Amino acid sequence: MSRSHSSAVPRSTAATMAATRRSVLRGIGLSGLAVGGASLLAACGGDDGPATGSGATVKFGINETADAAHQRLVAIAKAYEKESGTKVELNEVDHNTFQESINTYLQGAPDDVFTWFAGFRMAQFAENGLITDLSDLWPIEGLNDSFKQASTAPDGKQYFVPISYYPWAVFYRKSVFEKNGWEAPATNDDFMALMDDMQGKGITPFAFGDKDGWPAMGTFDILNMRLNGFDFHMSLMAGDEAWDGDEVKLVFDTWRKLLPYHQADPLGRTWQEAATAMGKGECGMYLLGTFVVDALGENGEDLDFFTFPELDSSIGSDALDAPIDGFCVAAAGKNQEAGKAMAKWLGSAAAPDAGNSAADAPFIAANEGASTETYSDLQKKSAEVVGAAANIAQFMDRDTNADFANTVMIPSIQEFLKNPDDIDGVTASIQEQAASIFG
Amino acid sequence: MTHIDEAPQPTKEVAPAQGREKKLPARDRATVITMVVVPLVLVVLLVWVPALLSVVLSFGKWNGFGDLDTIEWVGVQNYEDIFTIYPAFWPAVQHNLIWLGFLFIFPTILGMLLAVILDREMKGSRFYQTAFYMPVVLSLALIGFIWQLFYSRDQGLINQIFNSQVDWYGDPDINLWAVLLATAWRHTGYIMLIYLAGLKGVDASLREAAAVDGASEVKTFFHVIFPVMRPINMVVIVIVVIESLRAFDLVWVINKGRNGLEVIGALVAQNVIGEATRYGFGSALAVIMMLISSIFITLYLRTVFREERTR
Repeated sequence: MSRSHSSAVPRSTAATMAATRRSVLRGIGLSGLAVGGASLLAACGGDDGPATGSGATVKFGINETADAAHQRLVAIAKAYEKESGTKVELNEVDHNTFQESINTYLQGAPDDVFTWFAGFRMAQFAENGLITDLSDLWPIEGLNDSFKQASTAPDGKQYFVPISYYPWAVFYRKSVFEKNGWEAPATNDDFMALMDDMQGKGITPFAFGDKDGWPAMGTFDILNMRLNGFDFHMSLMAGDEAWDGDEVKLVFDTWRKLLPYHQADPLGRTWQEAATAMGKGECGMYLLGTFVVDALGENGEDLDFFTFPELDSSIGSDALDAPIDGFCVAAAGKNQEAGKAMAKWLGSAAAPDAGNSAADAPFIAANEGASTETYSDLQKKSAEVVGAAANIAQFMDRDTNADFANTVMIPSIQEFLKNPDDIDGVTASIQEQAASIFG
Repeated sequence: MTHIDEAPQPTKEVAPAQGREKKLPARDRATVITMVVVPLVLVVLLVWVPALLSVVLSFGKWNGFGDLDTIEWVGVQNYEDIFTIYPAFWPAVQHNLIWLGFLFIFPTILGMLLAVILDREMKGSRFYQTAFYMPVVLSLALIGFIWQLFYSRDQGLINQIFNSQVDWYGDPDINLWAVLLATAWRHTGYIMLIYLAGLKGVDASLREAAAVDGASEVKTFFHVIFPVMRPINMVVIVIVVIESLRAFDLVWVINKGRNGLEVIGALVAQNVIGEATRYGFGSALAVIMMLISSIFITLYLRTVFREERTR
């Protein structure tokens, strides 16, 4: 019977059926692959969870894969290995990838200790229970109060251990200033006179590039801190002040008046291109972080800087952006004890020393006890200036909600730079969106 | 005998197909079932479930911290925000439509023209073929970088040669066109290759017949060759629509889809991938994108089905 049935199946159908068998097999093979892949991934996340202390393993996630920053972190990990006998397992991730996948990373299978920044985003992780309370490590010898404050979440506990920082300031070429007989301005009048003189000599006073969206945040930050004060700035960043109020409008209006002193068309220019313009002497000054030297391909010997001058005498000029880098212990990390022990050591002077002595270029250590031997003049001065500052902000995208900074502030500041006369429109739009995000 | 017995009997057993399926041996039936179920499960799991979850998520507000029960349900607020206070949305829709129109007009026509010329097997046509097709092989990310070297305001080739100061990537009135040019550079080669393949497949006797009838080359192309290539034209239309709706990589490489380069795909990415985690808001944007795509897909499927019916 069955034979006669199968012979009744037309030839073409038989052919397709053969084909289906093949594709089914392939389908099974594929799903097998998928299953195998999943178990492979799981194997990556697996951990044998050794004991704490000497002979233990601590996992260390770092957000650098190249250059001096990477050399320093690797050297720090090695030094800790030597010092404590704990094996440090490095997990190196590209800087942007690390930053962009931090949420899923912390809620998945994170490393015990990982590189992060001080500020609102650290606090946000703390509030959501993603990072471990480190308040029993504090106070840490050599780290002053402003660092402690920067490591503290709104609940009053510390969740962060700082290691280094870099200030944002107005950079200039020493040789260019010398040749023209210019000096770093002490007051706003000096500042305006300097910029007018530069323009008279055919030099654009400020290099300016905002293609990537974030560099102009530095200008907003410093103007807001100079005009409305540090406390207002921080509470504005936290979403507690109105963005369409007179204070913010004053910031944009002051900026509007300063724009003619800036390079035109900033939205198509990267910060590296702007830095090059300053390096070549086409522009007199550039408001940026100390990483400006990276774009110039030199050690910065011909560079100097001054902090943005006072704009309102009742406010002063003792606040600045100086983002702090450091470490957190992930709450979902397998080895909490080893993580905390490592974090404690990372806060000591030994950690930055180990990093700086092994790398091509040093960073500025947060710990006062760290050696300054390897510092360039620029870094020595940075340390002095930041040490003298009464208040330190972390930069807009670290001080406020990441959603707000990336999806509202970047486009809004760019909109302002395109159309500086519509301040009411821009501030109203920011306020509407801020109300929706901060809720 | 059995064969005759099993001939369709329209009176009682209304489903002859079922009767025939019963004839399949158990193994074959299992094969057929697996063949249907496996892709079905894959499609449902990888396409429909995520799509529906996006729709669900688009009614909530969630920053990705904590479990799903931390999602705050806000109704249609995300959609309201997108339509009313999100400044990037309407420009993005407009840019996607410009993108679509531009790709239809310039690269498609140019690609077709190049294909016709190259099809004449002139000297060195292989070389030109490769040269025009080359950009298609490059990733859009790389293309973004290559064109940056041309377009950079201070250091770019174009401004250096013409001694101009045009801010190609930064000026929101110009940058979309600058990007479209870069896209066209790539897209033309793609279209060219598809038409070239189509032209090779056209029966040579058609041309001969047209020539015998005394039709000019141009007339032959428009009245004989072009209509014959109808299936190819369909493919090209689909490709152009898909390419313009998913326009993303190039603008993302250039400035993450801001400042004159807003496209819906980039807005979704800005809100969901990366540091910002507005999952609800981003999902709402994705749902809108899905709805727009389905308009085009429906139109396309309707044309295809209608054609099949008339055939």
